[in-house]
Amino acid sequence: MYYIVINFTNDTMADEKFDCIIVGAGPAGLSAGYTLAKAGLSAIIIERGDYPGAKTVMGGILYSHAIGELIPDFCKEAPLERPITEQRVLLLTEDASIQAGYKTKKFAQEPYNSFSVLRAQFDGWLAQKVDQAGVMVIPKTLVDTVLKENNQVIGIKTDQGEILYADCVLACDGINSLLAQKAGLHQEWQPQDVALAVKEVLTLPKEKIQDRFNLEDNEGCAIEFMGTISHGMTGIGFLYTNKESISLGMGCLLSNYQKSLIKPYDLIEEVKSHPAIKRFIDGAQTEEYLAHLIPEGGYNRVPPLYTDGMLVCGDAALLVNSIHREGSNLAIKSGILAAQTVIEAKNKKDFSKKTLSLYKKKIEESFIIQDLKKYRRLPHLLHTRNELFSRYPQLASEIAAELLTVDGRSKAEKEKKIIAKILGTHSLCGWGKMAFDFWRATR
Amino acid sequence: MKIEEKLFKTKFKADAHEHCHLKIKDREVCLKCEFKPCTTFCPAQVYTWDKEKIIVGYENCLECGSCRIACPYYNIEWRYPRGGFGVQYRMG
Repeated sequence: MYYIVINFTNDTMADEKFDCIIVGAGPAGLSAGYTLAKAGLSAIIIERGDYPGAKTVMGGILYSHAIGELIPDFCKEAPLERPITEQRVLLLTEDASIQAGYKTKKFAQEPYNSFSVLRAQFDGWLAQKVDQAGVMVIPKTLVDTVLKENNQVIGIKTDQGEILYADCVLACDGINSLLAQKAGLHQEWQPQDVALAVKEVLTLPKEKIQDRFNLEDNEGCAIEFMGTISHGMTGIGFLYTNKESISLGMGCLLSNYQKSLIKPYDLIEEVKSHPAIKRFIDGAQTEEYLAHLIPEGGYNRVPPLYTDGMLVCGDAALLVNSIHREGSNLAIKSGILAAQTVIEAKNKKDFSKKTLSLYKKKIEESFIIQDLKKYRRLPHLLHTRNELFSRYPQLASEIAAELLTVDGRSKAEKEKKIIAKILGTHSLCGWGKMAFDFWRATR
Repeated sequence: MKIEEKLFKTKFKADAHEHCHLKIKDREVCLKCEFKPCTTFCPAQVYTWDKEKIIVGYENCLECGSCRIACPYYNIEWRYPRGGFGVQYRMG
Protein backbone atom coordinates (compact mmCIF):
# COMPACT_ATOMS: atom_id res chain seq x y z
CA MET A 1 0.00 0.00 0.00
CA TYR A 2 1.12 3.50 -0.78
CA TYR A 3 1.28 6.34 1.69
CA ILE A 4 2.46 9.89 1.46
CA VAL A 5 2.45 12.07 4.51
CA ILE A 6 2.50 15.75 3.81
CA ASN A 7 1.26 18.36 6.18
CA PHE A 8 -0.07 21.56 4.79
CA THR A 9 1.42 24.60 6.37
CA ASN A 10 0.45 28.08 5.48
CA ASP A 11 4.06 28.93 4.63
CA THR A 12 4.76 26.17 2.17
CA MET A 13 1.53 25.65 0.32
CA ALA A 14 -0.89 28.50 0.63
CA ASP A 15 0.89 30.99 -1.56
CA GLU A 16 1.55 28.47 -4.25
CA LYS A 17 -0.82 28.40 -7.16
CA PHE A 18 -1.26 25.24 -9.19
CA ASP A 19 -2.33 24.88 -12.75
CA CYS A 20 -4.84 22.34 -11.53
CA ILE A 21 -6.22 20.94 -8.27
CA ILE A 22 -7.77 17.50 -8.58
CA VAL A 23 -10.20 16.40 -5.90
CA GLY A 24 -10.30 12.62 -5.47
CA ALA A 25 -7.62 10.00 -6.15
CA GLY A 26 -9.83 7.52 -7.99
CA PRO A 27 -9.43 6.46 -11.62
CA ALA A 28 -10.71 9.80 -13.00
CA GLY A 29 -8.53 12.00 -10.79
CA LEU A 30 -5.41 9.86 -11.08
CA SER A 31 -5.72 9.62 -14.87
CA ALA A 32 -6.11 13.38 -15.10
CA GLY A 33 -3.11 13.87 -12.79
CA TYR A 34 -0.95 11.50 -14.83
CA THR A 35 -1.87 13.23 -18.10
CA LEU A 36 -1.11 16.67 -16.63
CA ALA A 37 2.19 15.47 -15.15
CA LYS A 38 3.33 14.11 -18.52
CA ALA A 39 2.56 17.50 -20.08
CA GLY A 40 4.61 19.27 -17.41
CA LEU A 41 1.76 21.14 -15.72
CA SER A 42 1.71 21.67 -11.98
CA ALA A 43 -1.07 19.78 -10.28
CA ILE A 44 -1.97 18.27 -6.94
CA ILE A 45 -4.44 15.50 -6.09
CA ILE A 46 -6.28 15.68 -2.79
CA GLU A 47 -7.81 12.49 -1.39
CA ARG A 48 -9.98 12.21 1.71
CA GLY A 49 -9.14 8.56 2.40
CA ASP A 50 -6.25 7.37 4.53
CA TYR A 51 -4.68 6.17 1.28
CA PRO A 52 -5.83 6.14 -2.36
CA GLY A 53 -8.36 3.31 -2.58
CA ALA A 54 -9.55 3.50 1.04
CA LYS A 55 -12.95 4.83 -0.06
CA THR A 56 -13.40 3.17 -3.42
CA VAL A 57 -15.67 0.27 -4.25
CA MET A 58 -16.07 -1.39 -7.62
CA GLY A 59 -17.53 -4.74 -8.70
CA GLY A 60 -14.87 -4.87 -10.15
CA ILE A 61 -14.04 -5.41 -13.76
CA LEU A 62 -11.48 -3.03 -15.27
CA TYR A 63 -11.41 -2.82 -19.06
CA SER A 64 -7.98 -2.56 -20.62
CA HIS A 65 -8.75 -0.02 -23.30
CA ALA A 66 -8.82 3.23 -21.31
CA ILE A 67 -6.09 2.36 -18.80
CA GLY A 68 -3.98 1.08 -21.71
CA GLU A 69 -4.29 4.48 -23.37
CA LEU A 70 -2.91 6.05 -20.19
CA ILE A 71 -0.25 3.49 -19.28
CA PRO A 72 0.38 1.11 -22.20
CA ASP A 73 2.31 -1.40 -20.07
CA PHE A 74 -0.16 -1.46 -17.19
CA CYS A 75 -0.82 -5.20 -17.45
CA LYS A 76 2.84 -5.95 -16.68
CA GLU A 77 2.98 -3.90 -13.48
CA ALA A 78 -0.47 -3.17 -12.07
CA PRO A 79 -1.92 -5.30 -9.27
CA LEU A 80 -4.53 -7.12 -11.36
CA GLU A 81 -6.41 -10.23 -10.33
CA ARG A 82 -7.45 -12.34 -13.35
CA PRO A 83 -7.97 -11.55 -17.03
CA ILE A 84 -11.65 -12.22 -17.72
CA THR A 85 -11.84 -15.04 -20.24
CA GLU A 86 -15.37 -16.14 -19.58
CA GLN A 87 -18.59 -14.23 -19.12
CA ARG A 88 -21.82 -15.84 -18.04
CA VAL A 89 -25.30 -14.45 -17.57
CA LEU A 90 -27.72 -16.22 -15.26
CA LEU A 91 -31.45 -15.74 -15.08
CA LEU A 92 -32.49 -16.83 -11.62
CA THR A 93 -35.81 -17.80 -10.16
CA GLU A 94 -36.32 -19.05 -6.66
CA ASP A 95 -35.04 -22.55 -7.30
CA ALA A 96 -33.79 -22.62 -10.90
CA SER A 97 -31.46 -20.86 -13.33
CA ILE A 98 -31.07 -20.35 -17.06
CA GLN A 99 -27.57 -19.67 -18.28
CA ALA A 100 -25.74 -18.20 -21.28
CA GLY A 101 -22.01 -17.72 -21.62
CA TYR A 102 -19.01 -16.97 -23.76
CA LYS A 103 -15.47 -18.16 -23.22
CA THR A 104 -12.35 -17.50 -25.25
CA LYS A 105 -8.62 -17.98 -24.79
CA LYS A 106 -8.10 -14.77 -26.77
CA PHE A 107 -9.01 -12.73 -23.71
CA ALA A 108 -6.11 -14.36 -21.83
CA GLN A 109 -3.57 -12.73 -24.15
CA GLU A 110 -2.52 -9.20 -25.01
CA PRO A 111 -4.37 -7.00 -25.64
CA TYR A 112 -6.37 -8.30 -22.71
CA ASN A 113 -10.00 -7.23 -22.80
CA SER A 114 -10.58 -6.85 -19.07
CA PHE A 115 -9.37 -7.87 -15.63
CA SER A 116 -10.93 -8.44 -12.27
CA VAL A 117 -9.35 -6.02 -9.79
CA LEU A 118 -9.46 -5.11 -6.13
CA ARG A 119 -9.57 -1.36 -6.24
CA ALA A 120 -7.87 -0.56 -2.92
CA GLN A 121 -4.76 -2.17 -4.37
CA PHE A 122 -5.14 -0.93 -7.92
CA ASP A 123 -5.71 2.71 -6.93
CA GLY A 124 -2.63 2.59 -4.67
CA TRP A 125 -0.52 1.46 -7.62
CA LEU A 126 -1.92 4.11 -9.96
CA ALA A 127 -1.33 6.80 -7.33
CA GLN A 128 2.30 5.71 -7.14
CA LYS A 129 2.65 6.04 -10.92
CA VAL A 130 1.16 9.53 -10.77
CA ASP A 131 3.49 10.52 -7.97
CA GLN A 132 6.53 9.24 -9.90
CA ALA A 133 5.36 11.25 -12.90
CA GLY A 134 5.49 14.39 -10.75
CA VAL A 135 2.04 15.08 -9.33
CA MET A 136 1.65 14.81 -5.56
CA VAL A 137 -1.19 12.83 -4.05
CA ILE A 138 -2.18 14.19 -0.65
CA PRO A 139 -4.28 11.71 1.34
CA LYS A 140 -6.25 12.14 4.61
CA THR A 141 -7.50 15.51 3.42
CA LEU A 142 -11.12 16.41 2.79
CA VAL A 143 -11.90 19.22 0.40
CA ASP A 144 -14.76 21.12 1.95
CA THR A 145 -15.67 23.59 -0.75
CA VAL A 146 -14.56 25.47 -3.85
CA LEU A 147 -13.50 29.10 -3.72
CA LYS A 148 -14.97 31.47 -6.25
CA GLU A 149 -14.12 34.97 -7.43
CA ASN A 150 -16.46 36.71 -9.87
CA ASN A 151 -18.18 33.34 -10.42
CA GLN A 152 -14.90 31.75 -11.47
CA VAL A 153 -13.64 28.79 -9.41
CA ILE A 154 -10.18 29.81 -8.20
CA GLY A 155 -9.30 27.17 -5.64
CA ILE A 156 -10.45 24.96 -2.78
CA LYS A 157 -10.71 25.01 0.98
CA THR A 158 -10.04 21.88 3.05
CA ASP A 159 -11.95 20.86 6.17
CA GLN A 160 -8.95 22.02 8.19
CA GLY A 161 -9.31 25.50 6.72
CA GLU A 162 -6.30 25.37 4.39
CA ILE A 163 -6.71 27.21 1.13
CA LEU A 164 -5.14 26.26 -2.19
CA TYR A 165 -5.40 28.18 -5.45
CA ALA A 166 -5.42 26.91 -9.01
CA ASP A 167 -6.44 27.96 -12.49
CA CYS A 168 -8.72 24.97 -12.66
CA VAL A 169 -10.33 22.49 -10.25
CA LEU A 170 -11.34 18.99 -11.35
CA ALA A 171 -14.14 17.39 -9.32
CA CYS A 172 -13.27 13.69 -9.45
CA ASP A 173 -14.85 13.01 -6.08
CA GLY A 174 -17.16 10.20 -7.07
CA ILE A 175 -20.88 9.64 -6.99
CA ASN A 176 -21.33 11.75 -3.83
CA SER A 177 -19.85 14.82 -5.50
CA LEU A 178 -20.75 17.39 -2.92
CA LEU A 179 -18.14 19.62 -4.54
CA ALA A 180 -19.98 19.88 -7.86
CA GLN A 181 -23.18 20.56 -5.90
CA LYS A 182 -21.49 23.28 -3.89
CA ALA A 183 -20.14 24.80 -7.09
CA GLY A 184 -23.75 25.03 -8.27
CA LEU A 185 -23.37 22.58 -11.15
CA HIS A 186 -26.26 20.37 -10.16
CA GLN A 187 -28.78 19.59 -7.44
CA GLU A 188 -29.05 16.38 -5.47
CA TRP A 189 -29.47 13.08 -7.37
CA GLN A 190 -32.86 11.37 -7.29
CA PRO A 191 -33.22 7.86 -5.79
CA GLN A 192 -33.93 6.45 -9.28
CA ASP A 193 -30.66 7.91 -10.63
CA VAL A 194 -28.54 5.52 -8.57
CA ALA A 195 -28.31 1.86 -7.62
CA LEU A 196 -27.25 0.83 -4.16
CA ALA A 197 -24.78 -2.02 -4.45
CA VAL A 198 -23.51 -4.16 -1.61
CA LYS A 199 -20.61 -6.49 -2.06
CA GLU A 200 -18.60 -9.06 -0.17
CA VAL A 201 -15.08 -10.15 -0.91
CA LEU A 202 -14.92 -13.84 -0.04
CA THR A 203 -11.58 -15.61 0.23
CA LEU A 204 -11.21 -19.05 -1.28
CA PRO A 205 -8.06 -21.05 -2.16
CA LYS A 206 -6.91 -20.62 -5.75
CA GLU A 207 -7.33 -24.33 -6.56
CA LYS A 208 -10.96 -24.30 -5.47
CA ILE A 209 -11.71 -21.22 -7.54
CA GLN A 210 -10.10 -22.76 -10.62
CA ASP A 211 -11.91 -26.08 -10.11
CA ARG A 212 -15.31 -24.56 -9.51
CA PHE A 213 -15.16 -22.16 -12.43
CA ASN A 214 -13.20 -24.40 -14.78
CA LEU A 215 -10.27 -21.97 -15.05
CA GLU A 216 -6.51 -22.09 -15.62
CA ASP A 217 -4.04 -19.88 -13.75
CA ASN A 218 -4.32 -16.97 -16.13
CA GLU A 219 -8.08 -17.07 -16.61
CA GLY A 220 -11.03 -15.50 -14.88
CA CYS A 221 -14.78 -15.71 -14.92
CA ALA A 222 -17.36 -12.92 -14.60
CA ILE A 223 -20.96 -13.84 -13.92
CA GLU A 224 -23.90 -11.44 -13.93
CA PHE A 225 -27.26 -12.56 -12.66
CA MET A 226 -30.77 -11.18 -12.46
CA GLY A 227 -34.28 -12.48 -11.96
CA THR A 228 -36.83 -12.95 -9.24
CA ILE A 229 -33.94 -12.95 -6.77
CA SER A 230 -34.27 -9.13 -6.57
CA HIS A 231 -37.96 -9.41 -5.54
CA GLY A 232 -39.14 -7.23 -8.40
CA MET A 233 -36.52 -4.53 -7.78
CA THR A 234 -34.57 -3.35 -10.84
CA GLY A 235 -31.23 -4.94 -10.08
CA ILE A 236 -28.31 -7.04 -11.20
CA GLY A 237 -25.98 -9.23 -9.21
CA PHE A 238 -22.39 -10.06 -10.00
CA LEU A 239 -19.80 -12.67 -9.14
CA TYR A 240 -16.22 -12.13 -10.27
CA THR A 241 -13.25 -14.40 -9.69
CA ASN A 242 -10.10 -12.85 -8.27
CA LYS A 243 -6.82 -14.74 -7.75
CA GLU A 244 -7.73 -16.06 -4.32
CA SER A 245 -11.06 -14.50 -3.63
CA ILE A 246 -14.48 -13.94 -5.11
CA SER A 247 -16.25 -10.59 -5.39
CA LEU A 248 -19.97 -11.15 -4.96
CA GLY A 249 -22.53 -8.38 -4.93
CA MET A 250 -25.90 -7.11 -5.94
CA GLY A 251 -27.07 -3.64 -6.90
CA CYS A 252 -30.70 -2.47 -7.05
CA LEU A 253 -32.17 0.97 -7.69
CA LEU A 254 -32.20 3.04 -4.52
CA SER A 255 -35.79 4.10 -5.32
CA ASN A 256 -36.76 0.41 -5.22
CA TYR A 257 -35.02 -0.13 -1.88
CA GLN A 258 -36.78 2.96 -0.54
CA LYS A 259 -40.21 1.48 -1.34
CA SER A 260 -39.65 -2.26 -0.87
CA LEU A 261 -38.19 -1.95 2.63
CA ILE A 262 -35.88 -4.86 1.76
CA LYS A 263 -32.58 -4.76 3.61
CA PRO A 264 -29.59 -4.94 1.24
CA TYR A 265 -27.64 -7.17 3.63
CA ASP A 266 -30.58 -9.61 3.82
CA LEU A 267 -30.76 -9.67 0.02
CA ILE A 268 -27.06 -10.53 -0.33
CA GLU A 269 -27.57 -13.38 2.14
CA GLU A 270 -30.40 -14.69 -0.07
CA VAL A 271 -28.10 -14.45 -3.08
CA LYS A 272 -25.41 -16.38 -1.22
CA SER A 273 -27.84 -19.19 -0.42
CA HIS A 274 -29.35 -19.46 -3.93
CA PRO A 275 -28.64 -22.93 -5.37
CA ALA A 276 -26.98 -21.45 -8.48
CA ILE A 277 -24.55 -19.35 -6.39
CA LYS A 278 -24.10 -21.30 -3.18
CA ARG A 279 -21.86 -23.97 -4.60
CA PHE A 280 -19.41 -21.39 -6.01
CA ILE A 281 -18.77 -19.81 -2.63
CA ASP A 282 -19.14 -22.84 -0.39
CA GLY A 283 -16.57 -22.63 2.41
CA ALA A 284 -15.42 -19.15 1.42
CA GLN A 285 -14.81 -16.63 4.19
CA THR A 286 -16.14 -13.09 4.06
CA GLU A 287 -13.09 -10.85 4.17
CA GLU A 288 -14.71 -7.47 3.62
CA TYR A 289 -18.23 -6.04 3.33
CA LEU A 290 -18.73 -2.96 1.17
CA ALA A 291 -21.44 -0.66 -0.13
CA HIS A 292 -21.51 2.00 -2.82
CA LEU A 293 -23.85 3.90 -5.11
CA ILE A 294 -23.64 3.34 -8.86
CA PRO A 295 -24.87 5.98 -11.33
CA GLU A 296 -27.81 4.59 -13.31
CA GLY A 297 -29.51 7.66 -14.76
CA GLY A 298 -27.73 7.45 -18.11
CA TYR A 299 -27.49 10.16 -20.74
CA ASN A 300 -30.55 12.14 -19.68
CA ARG A 301 -29.24 12.67 -16.16
CA VAL A 302 -25.66 13.68 -16.97
CA PRO A 303 -25.23 17.05 -15.23
CA PRO A 304 -23.39 20.08 -16.64
CA LEU A 305 -19.76 19.01 -17.01
CA TYR A 306 -18.03 22.38 -16.61
CA THR A 307 -18.25 25.87 -15.30
CA ASP A 308 -15.76 28.73 -15.10
CA GLY A 309 -12.58 27.21 -13.66
CA MET A 310 -13.99 23.73 -12.98
CA LEU A 311 -14.61 20.40 -14.70
CA VAL A 312 -16.42 17.28 -13.46
CA CYS A 313 -15.26 13.73 -14.31
CA GLY A 314 -16.22 10.09 -13.82
CA ASP A 315 -18.95 9.07 -11.36
CA ALA A 316 -19.20 12.68 -10.16
CA ALA A 317 -20.70 13.42 -13.60
CA LEU A 318 -22.74 10.17 -13.61
CA LEU A 319 -20.60 8.90 -16.50
CA VAL A 320 -21.42 5.21 -16.14
CA ASN A 321 -22.73 2.83 -18.76
CA SER A 322 -24.48 0.46 -16.40
CA ILE A 323 -25.88 -1.72 -19.20
CA HIS A 324 -22.34 -2.86 -20.03
CA ARG A 325 -21.12 -2.41 -16.44
CA GLU A 326 -18.55 0.14 -17.60
CA GLY A 327 -17.63 2.81 -15.09
CA SER A 328 -13.94 2.93 -14.31
CA ASN A 329 -13.00 3.07 -18.00
CA LEU A 330 -15.35 6.01 -18.54
CA ALA A 331 -13.82 7.64 -15.47
CA ILE A 332 -10.29 7.12 -16.81
CA LYS A 333 -11.22 8.39 -20.26
CA SER A 334 -13.04 11.45 -18.87
CA GLY A 335 -10.04 12.19 -16.62
CA ILE A 336 -7.72 12.09 -19.65
CA LEU A 337 -10.06 14.34 -21.67
CA ALA A 338 -10.40 16.79 -18.78
CA ALA A 339 -6.61 17.00 -18.46
CA GLN A 340 -6.23 17.56 -22.21
CA THR A 341 -8.76 20.40 -21.91
CA VAL A 342 -6.79 21.93 -19.02
CA ILE A 343 -3.60 21.73 -21.11
CA GLU A 344 -5.28 23.57 -23.98
CA ALA A 345 -6.77 26.15 -21.61
CA LYS A 346 -3.32 26.72 -20.11
CA ASN A 347 -1.89 27.35 -23.59
CA LYS A 348 -4.66 29.85 -24.23
CA LYS A 349 -4.29 31.28 -20.70
CA ASP A 350 -8.06 31.16 -20.45
CA PHE A 351 -9.98 28.96 -18.00
CA SER A 352 -13.37 30.48 -18.62
CA LYS A 353 -16.48 28.46 -19.31
CA LYS A 354 -16.03 29.18 -23.00
CA THR A 355 -12.65 27.47 -23.27
CA LEU A 356 -13.55 24.68 -20.84
CA SER A 357 -16.59 23.81 -22.96
CA LEU A 358 -14.03 22.00 -25.09
CA TYR A 359 -14.22 19.22 -22.47
CA LYS A 360 -17.89 18.63 -23.23
CA LYS A 361 -17.09 18.52 -26.93
CA LYS A 362 -14.35 15.94 -26.34
CA ILE A 363 -16.65 13.82 -24.16
CA GLU A 364 -19.37 13.98 -26.81
CA GLU A 365 -16.98 12.92 -29.54
CA SER A 366 -15.73 9.97 -27.48
CA PHE A 367 -17.37 6.61 -26.84
CA ILE A 368 -18.54 7.90 -23.45
CA ILE A 369 -21.49 10.00 -24.59
CA GLN A 370 -22.05 8.01 -27.76
CA ASP A 371 -22.68 4.88 -25.68
CA LEU A 372 -24.76 6.67 -23.05
CA LYS A 373 -26.83 8.28 -25.78
CA LYS A 374 -27.52 4.93 -27.43
CA TYR A 375 -29.14 3.68 -24.22
CA ARG A 376 -30.72 7.00 -23.18
CA ARG A 377 -34.25 5.55 -23.08
CA LEU A 378 -33.31 2.38 -21.27
CA PRO A 379 -33.22 3.64 -17.64
CA HIS A 380 -36.85 4.78 -17.91
CA LEU A 381 -37.87 1.46 -19.43
CA LEU A 382 -36.14 -0.51 -16.70
CA HIS A 383 -37.86 1.61 -14.04
CA THR A 384 -41.28 0.96 -15.53
CA ARG A 385 -40.98 -2.62 -16.81
CA ASN A 386 -40.33 -4.46 -13.61
CA GLU A 387 -41.68 -7.69 -15.16
CA LEU A 388 -38.07 -8.18 -16.16
CA PHE A 389 -37.28 -8.89 -12.55
CA SER A 390 -40.41 -10.85 -11.73
CA ARG A 391 -42.74 -12.36 -14.36
CA TYR A 392 -40.34 -12.81 -17.27
CA PRO A 393 -37.68 -14.86 -15.46
CA GLN A 394 -40.44 -16.96 -13.92
CA LEU A 395 -41.98 -17.52 -17.36
CA ALA A 396 -38.63 -18.41 -18.92
CA SER A 397 -37.98 -20.90 -16.15
CA GLU A 398 -41.41 -22.50 -16.55
CA ILE A 399 -40.93 -22.81 -20.31
CA ALA A 400 -37.53 -24.45 -19.83
CA ALA A 401 -38.99 -26.87 -17.27
CA GLU A 402 -41.84 -27.73 -19.62
CA LEU A 403 -39.49 -28.33 -22.55
CA LEU A 404 -37.00 -30.42 -20.65
CA THR A 405 -39.30 -32.55 -18.52
CA VAL A 406 -40.11 -35.95 -20.07
CA ASP A 407 -43.31 -37.14 -18.45
CA GLY A 408 -45.30 -39.04 -21.08
CA ARG A 409 -47.19 -35.98 -22.35
CA SER A 410 -46.84 -35.39 -26.10
CA LYS A 411 -44.64 -32.57 -27.41
CA ALA A 412 -47.69 -31.03 -29.10
CA GLU A 413 -49.47 -30.86 -25.77
CA LYS A 414 -46.40 -29.29 -24.16
CA GLU A 415 -46.15 -26.75 -26.95
CA LYS A 416 -49.80 -25.79 -26.43
CA LYS A 417 -49.17 -25.31 -22.73
CA ILE A 418 -46.10 -23.15 -23.42
CA ILE A 419 -48.03 -20.95 -25.85
CA ALA A 420 -50.80 -20.59 -23.30
CA LYS A 421 -48.24 -19.52 -20.68
CA ILE A 422 -46.72 -16.96 -23.05
CA LEU A 423 -50.08 -15.51 -24.03
CA GLY A 424 -51.20 -15.61 -20.42
CA THR A 425 -48.40 -13.16 -19.63
CA HIS A 426 -49.05 -10.71 -22.49
CA SER A 427 -51.20 -10.80 -25.60
CA LEU A 428 -49.33 -11.05 -28.91
CA CYS A 429 -49.81 -7.34 -29.23
CA GLY A 430 -48.41 -6.84 -25.70
CA TRP A 431 -45.31 -8.88 -26.53
CA GLY A 432 -44.92 -6.89 -29.73
CA LYS A 433 -45.01 -3.65 -27.78
CA MET A 434 -42.52 -5.00 -25.26
CA ALA A 435 -40.12 -6.02 -28.04
CA PHE A 436 -40.54 -2.65 -29.75
CA ASP A 437 -39.95 -0.75 -26.48
CA PHE A 438 -36.69 -2.62 -25.93
CA TRP A 439 -35.57 -2.24 -29.51
CA ARG A 440 -36.29 1.48 -29.34
CA ALA A 441 -34.61 1.90 -25.95
CA THR A 442 -31.34 0.61 -27.35
CA ARG A 443 -31.36 2.74 -30.50
CA MET B 1 -24.39 -13.99 8.37
CA LYS B 2 -25.76 -11.07 10.35
CA ILE B 3 -25.05 -7.46 9.44
CA GLU B 4 -23.10 -6.99 12.68
CA GLU B 5 -20.74 -9.81 11.62
CA LYS B 6 -20.38 -8.34 8.14
CA LEU B 7 -19.47 -4.92 9.51
CA PHE B 8 -16.97 -6.54 11.83
CA LYS B 9 -15.02 -7.64 8.73
CA THR B 10 -14.68 -4.08 7.46
CA LYS B 11 -12.12 -1.69 8.90
CA PHE B 12 -13.26 1.63 10.33
CA LYS B 13 -11.44 4.54 11.88
CA ALA B 14 -14.18 6.18 13.88
CA ASP B 15 -13.91 9.87 14.66
CA ALA B 16 -14.88 11.36 18.02
CA HIS B 17 -18.58 11.94 18.60
CA GLU B 18 -18.32 15.71 18.17
CA HIS B 19 -17.23 15.07 14.57
CA CYS B 20 -20.21 12.80 13.81
CA HIS B 21 -20.83 13.26 10.08
CA LEU B 22 -24.51 12.24 10.01
CA LYS B 23 -27.24 14.25 11.64
CA ILE B 24 -31.04 14.08 11.77
CA LYS B 25 -32.06 17.63 10.89
CA ASP B 26 -35.44 17.67 12.63
CA ARG B 27 -36.45 14.84 14.97
CA GLU B 28 -40.13 15.77 14.66
CA VAL B 29 -40.05 14.84 10.97
CA CYS B 30 -39.10 11.22 11.79
CA LEU B 31 -42.23 10.91 13.95
CA LYS B 32 -44.48 11.53 10.96
CA CYS B 33 -42.41 9.35 8.62
CA GLU B 34 -44.56 6.24 8.21
CA PHE B 35 -42.14 3.56 7.02
CA LYS B 36 -38.79 5.00 8.14
CA PRO B 37 -36.99 3.47 5.13
CA CYS B 38 -33.57 4.63 6.40
CA THR B 39 -33.85 1.81 8.92
CA THR B 40 -34.06 -0.73 6.07
CA PHE B 41 -32.15 0.54 3.02
CA CYS B 42 -29.02 1.65 4.87
CA PRO B 43 -26.53 -1.15 4.08
CA ALA B 44 -24.75 -0.66 7.41
CA GLN B 45 -27.85 -0.41 9.61
CA VAL B 46 -26.68 2.99 10.77
CA TYR B 47 -30.27 4.04 11.52
CA THR B 48 -32.43 2.22 14.05
CA TRP B 49 -35.76 3.24 15.52
CA ASP B 50 -35.88 3.32 19.26
CA LYS B 51 -39.54 3.82 20.21
CA GLU B 52 -39.52 7.58 19.76
CA LYS B 53 -36.41 8.51 17.84
CA ILE B 54 -33.88 7.44 15.26
CA ILE B 55 -30.52 6.36 16.69
CA VAL B 56 -27.60 7.17 14.38
CA GLY B 57 -24.73 4.67 14.58
CA TYR B 58 -22.41 6.77 12.44
CA GLU B 59 -19.33 4.72 13.40
CA ASN B 60 -20.39 1.93 11.01
CA CYS B 61 -21.23 4.19 8.08
CA LEU B 62 -19.97 2.85 4.74
CA GLU B 63 -20.30 6.38 3.27
CA CYS B 64 -22.44 5.26 0.32
CA GLY B 65 -24.66 8.38 0.48
CA SER B 66 -27.99 6.51 0.18
CA CYS B 67 -29.57 8.15 3.22
CA ARG B 68 -28.86 11.65 1.92
CA ILE B 69 -30.68 10.86 -1.31
CA ALA B 70 -33.43 8.46 -0.20
CA CYS B 71 -34.69 9.86 3.10
CA PRO B 72 -38.26 10.69 1.96
CA TYR B 73 -38.08 14.03 3.79
CA TYR B 74 -34.43 14.87 3.04
CA ASN B 75 -34.08 15.01 6.79
CA ILE B 76 -30.54 13.67 7.03
CA GLU B 77 -27.61 16.04 6.98
CA TRP B 78 -24.80 14.11 5.32
CA ARG B 79 -21.20 15.20 5.25
CA TYR B 80 -18.04 13.27 4.59
CA PRO B 81 -16.13 12.21 7.71
CA ARG B 82 -12.99 14.26 8.31
CA GLY B 83 -10.02 13.41 6.12
CA GLY B 84 -8.49 10.05 7.07
CA PHE B 85 -11.48 8.96 9.19
CA GLY B 86 -14.40 6.65 8.48
CA VAL B 87 -14.41 3.42 6.51
CA GLN B 88 -11.03 2.12 5.32
CA TYR B 89 -11.49 -0.44 2.59
CA ARG B 90 -8.59 -2.84 2.30
CA MET B 91 -9.79 -4.56 -0.88
CA GLY B 92 -12.30 -2.25 -2.52
